[in-house]
Amino acid sequence: MPALSRTDNSIVGRWWWTVDKWTLLALFLLAVTGMMMTMAASPPVAYRLGLDPQHFVVRHAMLLPFALIAMIAISTMSLKAVRRLALAIFVISLGLMVLTVTTGETVKGASRWIYIFGFSIQPSEFLKPAFAVVTAWLLAPRPANQEIPGAAICTLIFTLIVGLLLAQPDVGQAGVVTAVWLSQWFLAGLSIAWIGGSAVMGGLSLMAAYFVFPHVALRIDRFMDPNANSYQIERAMQAFLAGGYTGEGPGEGIIKASIPDAHSDFILAVAGEEYGLIMTLAIVAIFAFIVLRGFARLFKEHNAFVTLAGFGLLVQFGLQAAINMGSTLNLIPTKGMTLPFMSYGGSSLLAMSIGMGMLLALTRRRVGEEE
Amino acid sequence: MNGRAYRDLFPGRGLRRGRGTYMPPRMDDDMRRFMEMGRARILVAGIFMALIFTVVGGRLTQLAVRGESGDRPIAIAAERDEPRPRANIVDRNGEILATDLETASLYANPRRLLDAEKAARALVEVLPDLEYKATLKKLKSDRGFVWLRRHLTPRQQWALLERGIPGLDFIDEYTRVYPQGPLMPHLLGYVDSDNRGIAGLEKRFEAHLAKGDGPLRLTIDMRVQHLMREELGAAMREFRAKAAAGIVMDARNGEILALVSLPDFDPNHPGKAGDGERFNRATLGVYELGSTFKVFTAAIALDTGAAGMKKRYDATKPLQVSRFMIRDYHAKKRWLTLPEVFVYSSNIGAALMAQDIGAKRQRDYLDKLGMLDPLGVELPETGKPISPSTWRPVNTMTIGFGHGIAVSPLHLVSGVTAAVNGGVLHRPTIVAGEHRDGDGTPRRVFKERTSKEIRKLMRLTVENGTGRNADAAGYAVGGKTGTAEKPAAKGYEGKRLLSSFIGAFPINEPRYVVLALLDEPKGNKKTLGYATGGWVAAPVVRRVVERMGPMLGMPPVEEDAPGMRELELYVAAEGRKLASY
Repeated sequence: MPALSRTDNSIVGRWWWTVDKWTLLALFLLAVTGMMMTMAASPPVAYRLGLDPQHFVVRHAMLLPFALIAMIAISTMSLKAVRRLALAIFVISLGLMVLTVTTGETVKGASRWIYIFGFSIQPSEFLKPAFAVVTAWLLAPRPANQEIPGAAICTLIFTLIVGLLLAQPDVGQAGVVTAVWLSQWFLAGLSIAWIGGSAVMGGLSLMAAYFVFPHVALRIDRFMDPNANSYQIERAMQAFLAGGYTGEGPGEGIIKASIPDAHSDFILAVAGEEYGLIMTLAIVAIFAFIVLRGFARLFKEHNAFVTLAGFGLLVQFGLQAAINMGSTLNLIPTKGMTLPFMSYGGSSLLAMSIGMGMLLALTRRRVGEEE
Repeated sequence: MNGRAYRDLFPGRGLRRGRGTYMPPRMDDDMRRFMEMGRARILVAGIFMALIFTVVGGRLTQLAVRGESGDRPIAIAAERDEPRPRANIVDRNGEILATDLETASLYANPRRLLDAEKAARALVEVLPDLEYKATLKKLKSDRGFVWLRRHLTPRQQWALLERGIPGLDFIDEYTRVYPQGPLMPHLLGYVDSDNRGIAGLEKRFEAHLAKGDGPLRLTIDMRVQHLMREELGAAMREFRAKAAAGIVMDARNGEILALVSLPDFDPNHPGKAGDGERFNRATLGVYELGSTFKVFTAAIALDTGAAGMKKRYDATKPLQVSRFMIRDYHAKKRWLTLPEVFVYSSNIGAALMAQDIGAKRQRDYLDKLGMLDPLGVELPETGKPISPSTWRPVNTMTIGFGHGIAVSPLHLVSGVTAAVNGGVLHRPTIVAGEHRDGDGTPRRVFKERTSKEIRKLMRLTVENGTGRNADAAGYAVGGKTGTAEKPAAKGYEGKRLLSSFIGAFPINEPRYVVLALLDEPKGNKKTLGYATGGWVAAPVVRRVVERMGPMLGMPPVEEDAPGMRELELYVAAEGRKLASY
């Protein structure tokens, strides 16, 4: 890379030589694949909704550069800046979440979206990465004279967030937030007894959700009953079967046209039908690579805050991908969750970019401790 | 959270140094321990994550292998629920009354149309009843699917295919066809545009018919239905009646051979029918049927022993009951025997007979005859009878001659059938075989002897009384006339009549019970201006019997057939010939 000298001390130069270029490359690959899949999957959906066939393609193509630029911009930030950014996003999105619950419009039975400047935004998506960073900051050990009741504050905030998510109701999102938060506690050294206890609590809350929220019960019942699979799942299965090893070929998919959420939650099925096992395994490998490489870098990390925050962000990223792929493949009950960086969906794409931007900033090689 | 609890949560942190003294942990030390434990836990998390992604990859591979090994879904398009034809409805002889035809339905995808104006012009040409403007508006809409016309004829479809307009397409559908047109719309009912039954038997047996299995067989005989409809329609026109109803029931088992309600409609086009046409007068309408009810009064009186055939009633003058005045239409102004009360249709006599029966016994019998509840017939459209909530003496007396209680014509037929067939009540049914309601076991209401007496009385009425116009040569009809004044806003109106005749034949051993009912008939020159049951309804029954008897292969009844002689003897035993009028 002759364009940037090792001794280049500008922001760009410093960033280039410190950032995790492999992760960056992997994320770009996901984004490009996602764009390709959106082009394959979304026209039938747009057509069905009575929109221009290229509606989602155009919107995705317009948003994607913004998201990637935001990611890179954030990845140049210092730890302090990342923490402040996370705090700011956290406060704003928490406020917006309160608004969605009190005033938000109800879409498909839940009030999760809020309208700002003509855009519909799902604040909970932005809250997730920001909250992971804030949690890390609160849980990280600090010098004795600077002790704050971090754990208590963190638990309080967590309770508030989960309460808001359940009020929407968005059980899946609440589950993800809980899982990420517990994983950070786990890393922070929570004793095994507490981990076991919270696992039991998690199971109990899932059972409670089954009885409290009828749509959750329906999905779990459907999953448990092999004959009562939803139309969408059935179609997704057929798409994977039709794709086989090498797929039907770009643009040759037929089943994709009859999957209602082909462009968002079920994009992996479209990849499976058109490009086959080769492509789907590659996608899974990229996700696994990002998560495991991230873990590996944290392994060598010396800063507790960075470890906790990075860990939270990676768990969130990996968990969301796993949940999405798991439900598309009928391994777990259907849960409306997008595939990070690939699915169409403005809020999730932007929020994921911010989260990964923060991860890249955190995992940059630091010379000495900048704080 | 206090320090102690915090240490419980994180055993590795906030260390105590030395005994009894607490020293603040040194940052470096603390951090080092923290990082060491953290590393182990990151490793655990990493293995966990790798496991999850391995499972996902495994599942993907499994599906791909299955797909490659021939489990590919090929017939995706054909998987859509194939429309199935509805089952046929056939009459008792297997004649088709309702069937499904495969037709093409036309729709447009406006986004694929090249030239909406041209397409609209072509459509109006082929389907002249489409409106150009409205069609063009549909074709110019921003939708992907608009219905243009359901159920085209093959010729129309061919004409459109020939024009080859892109953006127009067809969906194969089934459409219900009633080949007999308006022959029995009230029985069959009809379907909506999606071929789902919404009235009559189509509605009642929706589940069975939609499955498309074997046909639904009725007890209806299309031929009998046809002649009943024809004769009833002719009478309705002749006497300018508002409406009419006619029923033929098998006296031995309650099976209905014909059930007509006029005016009717064509179930192929139910939308064109008004409420008046759709209304089933034979089962849904309830009426105060008048004198035909005297069959029940006489039967109850004889059955309970409240009266014998020799019993006499004072019909010398109108009867005042509280604020009602009961008069006779064919007033004899003398004492009448029970047969005379029946044959001359004396209201006064019937009222006195009912009084002798008493409210409780009358109510019990009518209840047993099913006169107080909706019918159990296999139609969704059945009316609930209207009967007095408190059965006062005056109610008992008016019910004696058929006023103050409103039942459907089918109620009457079913009850009279029980009175003439030896005394057992069958549940009326229009469906043959396994799908019929009830188990088909009859219930005894009257004694055998009572039924025999009633048959005599009914034959007498046709031979010498108000029902002479029903006397079909050779078929020994017995019956009873009914001429009810329709209740008006206040009291009863003399002019608006409900005229009926209910007959059974052959009366010595009844096979069929036949009812004809005309709503507000007007007398003409031929009837000397009369519009009573004996004048307008009895001839309908006579003609129906004369036509259906030979059609069903019934031999004419000999005058000396078993049972017939007894009737003659009885008249003779009266000691004096009944006056003719």
